[in-house]
Amino acid sequence: MEANLSGTGRLPAAFLTPGSSSFLDFLDSHAPQLLPGRRPLPEGMTVEAPHGTTIVSAVFDGGVVLAGDRRATMGNVIAQRDIEKVFPADEYSAVGIAGTAGLAVEMVRLFQLELEHYEKIEGTVLSFEGKANRLTTMIRSNLAMAMQGLAVVPVFAGYDLDLGRGRIFTYDVTGGRSEERAGFAATGSGSVFARGSMKKLYRDGLTGEQAATLAVQALYDAADDDSATGGPDLARKIFPIVTLITEDGFRRLTEDEVSEIAVSITDQRREHPNGPQAPLL
Amino acid sequence: MSTPFYVSPQQAMADRAEYARKGIARGRSVVVLTYADGIVFVAENTSRALHKVSEIYDKIAFAAVGRYNEFENLRIGGVRYADLRGYSYDRADVTARGLANVYAQTLGTIFSSVGEKPYEVELIVAEVGRTDADDQIYRLTPDGSVVDEKNAVVVGGNADSIGSYLGQRHRAGLSLAEALKLAVDGLARDPNGGSPRTMTPEQLEVAVLDRKRPQQRKFKRILGGQLARLLSGDESAAAEDGNDEGADTE
Repeated sequence: MEANLSGTGRLPAAFLTPGSSSFLDFLDSHAPQLLPGRRPLPEGMTVEAPHGTTIVSAVFDGGVVLAGDRRATMGNVIAQRDIEKVFPADEYSAVGIAGTAGLAVEMVRLFQLELEHYEKIEGTVLSFEGKANRLTTMIRSNLAMAMQGLAVVPVFAGYDLDLGRGRIFTYDVTGGRSEERAGFAATGSGSVFARGSMKKLYRDGLTGEQAATLAVQALYDAADDDSATGGPDLARKIFPIVTLITEDGFRRLTEDEVSEIAVSITDQRREHPNGPQAPLL
Repeated sequence: MSTPFYVSPQQAMADRAEYARKGIARGRSVVVLTYADGIVFVAENTSRALHKVSEIYDKIAFAAVGRYNEFENLRIGGVRYADLRGYSYDRADVTARGLANVYAQTLGTIFSSVGEKPYEVELIVAEVGRTDADDQIYRLTPDGSVVDEKNAVVVGGNADSIGSYLGQRHRAGLSLAEALKLAVDGLARDPNGGSPRTMTPEQLEVAVLDRKRPQQRKFKRILGGQLARLLSGDESAAAEDGNDEGADTE
């Protein structure tokens, strides 16, 4: 929809009314039809739409890594091989999404805009908790659709400038938010396997590169056991998306950097298909 | 019952224009200059929080003089307009020209409506392009006129005298430090011909739309140490793109 500048072409009163610094609130009052949660489905109806799958995240010294595989599935069909599920939210945070791809991407777009809008209006950035809470609100507004199978479950990770460290928040479909204090988190259909993998490999004091390797290992393990998660596709050169967020801001690893990690892991798995081994005791 | 008296439309408009002009003339000026890598905004403003120059969208910034609550209102309206438009269509579809038109309509309607007092504001909407030939600067007056400007624009109290000073000295391809110095020299001039004032970095609000910036959002405030170094003529300070200072926010 256009910004409804009918008539004189002047800004409608809603645009000039002092109010909230939230873009969501503005949309809700001015153009509610643009909000993702405002499209209820008929009762009892389910829609089969592509679903995105595994997201992993881990804290390291000086930041946090957030990574996702590239597969979207529709039932047992691979709908897309190179979908992107990890996005920068702003300069110092990122969001990774599992769930219904179309809705999730829309939610991320709106979330990015929400943070940027606040920043422009207020001249300052939201606190890290504030950002995490805005995401809660957005997921909650999608609850009606989640009940009908169109769930969106994000992971929010970033560098908290006030605390000076990386932080991870995970969510459930109702918007329930929890901070992952163990240092790592996973969401999506392959998350069980990814979490098991990280549980064995994660330790304190990782460097950024080590954390990136850890994330790709976990995604490999998720893809190994979950049919809806895609592993590194060496033939098509499709690799996971790996992003690092540090004091210097958001950085997505280049294709070459990720391919180097992915290839070395794949090579190593030829010798040890189950990956690195942790000591029994 | 009082008898309504007749005022000719010409007189009414002239009165309103005069009223708005006086309001604007009380304020300090804002200077907008093109330089080699984009557009620089320089305002005399001692406040760190109440801005005269702000980001509207990726490549678009806003500068204003006059009554604060009025231009702040327009700024927020502009951000809402830009964000909504970018969300509905695409980020590339938000343009300074579109925004200037909306502002022009808004200001024009307010100016000529009998029920409202005219806004005492003058605005600049600027968009940095891929090359300096694509840079766009629009100046908007309280009556809703849009002027498509080039190179150097001034709004506010001493706009005419500063404008002619800058017009004579501005040339294409200035470095940021040169453009900044020129802008500050212009602002520091005494309109009555006295000796120029000395301006410290604390008195200035400076921001750029830098086309070389790798981020999607080209707007950046120049603050503190970097501003002081640039003002002292240190060219290397222009290359800084620190997150610690001069990030999008403060």
